[in-house]
This record gives sequence, C-alpha cells and structure tokens, in this order.
Amino acid sequence: MNCRLTFPDVFRAGSLGLRSRRLRALLSAVGVSIGIAAIVGVLGISASSQARLLAQLDALGTNLLTVGPGQVLGGGQAYLPQAAPGMIGRVGPVLTVSATGVVPNAHVFRTDKIPGVEGGGISVRAADVNLLQTLGATLQHGTFLNPATAQYPAVVLGASTAEYLGITDPGYPIQIYLGGQWFTVIGILRPVALAPNLDRSAIVGYPAAQKYLHFDGEYTTVYLRSDPNQVTDVQAVLARTANPNHPEEVAVSRPSDVLAARVAAQGAYTSLFIGLGAVALLVGAVAIANTMLTAVLERRSEIGLRRALGATERHVAMQFLTESLLLSGLGGLAGVLLGSLATTAYALSNHWTVVIPLLAIWGGMASALLVGAVAGLYPAMRAARLTPTEALRTV
Amino acid sequence: MSPPVLELQEVIKRYRGEPPVEALRGVSLTIREGELVAIVGQSGSGKTTLVHVMGTLERPTEGVVRVAGQDVSQMNDRQLSGLRAWRLGFVFQQFFLLDGLSVIENVANGLLYRAVGQAERRRLAVRALERVGLGHRLGHQPNKLSGGERQRVAIARAVVGEPAVVLADEPTGNLDSASGASIMELLRDLNDEGRTIVIITHNHEIAASIPRSVELRDGLIVRDAAVSGLSSLSRGSALGGGQ
Repeated sequence: MNCRLTFPDVFRAGSLGLRSRRLRALLSAVGVSIGIAAIVGVLGISASSQARLLAQLDALGTNLLTVGPGQVLGGGQAYLPQAAPGMIGRVGPVLTVSATGVVPNAHVFRTDKIPGVEGGGISVRAADVNLLQTLGATLQHGTFLNPATAQYPAVVLGASTAEYLGITDPGYPIQIYLGGQWFTVIGILRPVALAPNLDRSAIVGYPAAQKYLHFDGEYTTVYLRSDPNQVTDVQAVLARTANPNHPEEVAVSRPSDVLAARVAAQGAYTSLFIGLGAVALLVGAVAIANTMLTAVLERRSEIGLRRALGATERHVAMQFLTESLLLSGLGGLAGVLLGSLATTAYALSNHWTVVIPLLAIWGGMASALLVGAVAGLYPAMRAARLTPTEALRTV
Repeated sequence: MSPPVLELQEVIKRYRGEPPVEALRGVSLTIREGELVAIVGQSGSGKTTLVHVMGTLERPTEGVVRVAGQDVSQMNDRQLSGLRAWRLGFVFQQFFLLDGLSVIENVANGLLYRAVGQAERRRLAVRALERVGLGHRLGHQPNKLSGGERQRVAIARAVVGEPAVVLADEPTGNLDSASGASIMELLRDLNDEGRTIVIITHNHEIAASIPRSVELRDGLIVRDAAVSGLSSLSRGSALGGGQ
C-alpha cells in the first residue's frame, strides 16, 4: 500500500503550473535567460576574439624583435652604430636580420605639381631586400625590392600610404614624386601587424636611397627573428650587441607583446561582464522564487487535493521544486541559445571564427539549474509543510 | 455483520489558541463496509473536523482512529499518504478539479500516487467517468462543465481507485437543488453497488433520505438514527452502527 510517484508523473505534475500559466512562466524565466545569455555571450565573444588574437599571434610569431636607437642619457636622439645589423646577425639564435632606416627630409607626393611641404605623415624608409621574410609581411600587389630593383628608383608602398596616395591596383607602372625624384611603384604591402609604422611608409632600397636621396645609411630600426625557444635570451643580449659602448642607448622591443597584452586585457573585461551576468542571474532567481511563492499561495487547494489523493510531503515538495527547475532550466536553455546566437552574429560580423566554449554552455545550464534549485527550495518547503487541512480550508 | 472500514474511539480534537477550541469532544463511531451514512450538523458542529480526522487529513488529539482495520495514530506521513491513496476517496464541496487538466486527466489523478501506469490510469478513468454518466465529456476542460457535471467528475475521481470508503464533504453545497438531487441519486446508486459512502451535510432533508444519519452538535454525536431512541450521548459510551 505504498504511495509512489514515478518520474514521468513528477515531471507532469511539475509542469502543470507552467502549462496553465504560460505568460507568467515566461516572464519569470526571462531574468534567468538574460543572465545566462549575458554570461554565454561574453564568454563566447571573448573566446572568439581571443582565438583570433592567438591565431594572429601564431601566424605572426612571437619571435620577432626590434632594435632601435633609444635616448642619450642627457637627452637627445641616440644613433645605432653602422655595424649593429651585422653584429646582431652573428648572435647564435638569430635567424634573420633586416635593417631599415628613415630617410630624413624626403617627402612623398602623388605628382610634382603638389607644392606641399609636408608629406602627410608618410616617411621614406630604406630597407634590406629580405625585410618581407623577416617580418612575415605579404604584398597586396606587385613585388618587393630585390637586389636589382634596390639599385634603382623603385618603391614599395605601405598599405596606408597607397590608400593616401589613391593608388589601389596599379595594373600598369605608376610613378610617384619622392624626395624630388620620380620613383616607380613596384608593389603595395598588406598591413603589417607587427610593424604598423611600415604601413605609413614608402620603402626604397638602400643603394637607391644613397644614390638618389642622399641617404647617409643610418639605421633606425633593425628587425630580427630569433629561435622561438631563446627569444628572451636573445632579447637580453641585443642592446650590448648592437652598441657595445652604449648599451643604454639602445631600445629593444618585442612587438608581439602588444598583442599578448590585448589577449590578457580581454580577460579583465570578461570577468566584469560575467559579474554583470551574475547579477542578472540573481535577479532572475528572485523572480523565480517570487513566482513560486505566489504559486504555492494560489494553489493551496491543489496542494490539499493532492494530499487527499495520497501525495506525501515529499511529493508536494518535489512537484514545486520540479516546477522551479523547469522554469530556470527553460530560462537557461533560452539564455544559452541567445548567448550563442549573439556570439555567432558578433563573430561573423567581425569575420572571426565562432568559438563558444563548452564550459560556457554546460556552466550556463548548470548555473541556471542551481538558481532554480535554490530559488525553489523555500517555496517547495512551504508547500510541503502546509497541512492538508490548512491547504483545503481556503477558497 | 460486515467488517468495519472506519472506527473512531473516543476521538477528541483540540485546536490550540486562546481559548483552546475543542472541535470534537469524544466521538465514537463505527462505519461498516457497504454503509451509506450521513453526518449532519450545523456549521461549527465539528463535522468538517470529523471528516478530516476520518480521512487521516488530520490527527486526533486523543482517541483512536482505525481505517480499514489499521490504527493510524502511529503512522508516519508516508504511511498515512499511502492509506489515503489506496483506501480513501474524497469528494469536496468545491470540487477541487485542476483547471490545466482535462476531465479524464483529473479523474486519472485519483490513481496518480499509486504509481499506476498512465495508460492504465486513463483506462480506469474512462470507466469511472462512464459510470457517473460523463462518457461524452472525457476530453473537456473542467471549467467548461456545469457545477453538477464537475461534481460528477470529482466523484469519478474519488471512486476510480475503488477505495474502502468515500468521504463526501457537503457534495451538494455548491449546487442548485436539481443538480444536488441528481448527485445524491448518483451517490445512492454507487452505494447500491456496494461502495461505502459517508456524506457530510448540514441539510436535514438530505440526511433524511439516507438509511443512517449521525447528528453532530458541538463536537458530540447527539443522535445516531441506526440506534433508535438515542437522543443524547455522554462521553465514554461506545457507539456501534449496523444495518
């Protein structure tokens, strides 16, 4: 003569309140779904963006280092010794070295008809012909300098320079007026993530710079790739290698650090937004608890009837707990879908790969159910503690 | 003489409060299998408390209650609930049908806490509904039915599990006289088929149409029609009814 309730019956009884009061169920689940959507969306978007940054870092490599002149101790600009690139190249783990030098007082114009003094912030740089390999940079159009073209008035434009000059796809040889000479554009670079100042440069060969632009051959930036496993060791000796007499006047940097810092910075924003999502979740929990308490008050006679039909206190508690879990579970499911949708839309609009961490999905569902359990516990206990006669006395 | 299905011995029910209220002041009553009994009394006479105590919805402060031969005083919540699920059927004045469920689901709920399979529950519910004359209303929502029809659904729910006794608390209280009469007729028919039914009512007319009527006043049984000539009862005198 046992009174038992099978699982499907618990589920049916627990979903009765939801089925008969759909709008209220919907409204009370909204809070949880917003919270979960925020959490899943933030985790998804930041994971997608981090994945993109990491992929970028991966593609660019973290073993690029730059060496340039720093500050003289008493103020004023330092100079890199002429021997610096050669010295750096002789450091064991250094794979490639490319030197560049800004050609002073050389301005870039589309034609010789422009009387301007300023070149729109575009600098002319002399560069070694292996610069592309060292940077891992690629061309949009044309070719880079080679030992032959480096001798002649030929120029490769950075991405922003080409845009500024209005040169998109030459298709035929175009000449620009550079430092009082006509130079032929032989190629246009894609944006260089690890050396953004090249985007605003016009690049010529060292011999050409010396021959046509009176360049003194001074190095302003030396790019080098080191063995990926010994980057920090190489970084430590670079200053002394480049300028043994005044190592303090050498500035060494690792451009990938900027990207790595951006990856880390995103983590900080993520926790802030997850905190906001947690607040929404808390509000959702209060909404569900309120709905459930109201349901217990309104459905006293149902509780009394069920007790008369043979429901134990546990059965009544289980029914209301199930209802609360269903509410929060449905809210959580909607939230996970919404958050995933937001992530997908945002990532696709930025041309990123969509990454939704499994942890966000399971974690989102689990925290929704936890919220439901916590919010439903007290109302369920109240319902169970109601004596049958108290419950039946209403109406 | 058929075996007793409900036995109350010296049942006292006291409610805490200032001053304490004694709703039942020593009620002894035996109801046997196959009986149709009316418990009559004015409001405040303790008849609702009596039906709650008989239905194990409430424990007596003192005294013994036996349902189908089992003493309920030492039972825990689980055992009492089991007793209600298997041995007792309830009919309420307010029907207490669940609005989200169809008529057939409401009746099938009478077997819910016995863990009977859903298909079997529905099969028995259809049979019970056909018995009370609602075979044509199976899929309706209860709030689309008339009061009399709703009470028939509630009666079907009470008898679907063939309990040892059906306790009907003012079953005609919310109905007009025509529907009330037809509900009474249904209850008498169900009794004719062998079911034990206790009807609680304040209506003497209804009580008069029933073979045995027990009158309650101020928490005491003052008249049990089956025992002729009884006009008053003192505490401690055992009362046995029979046919």
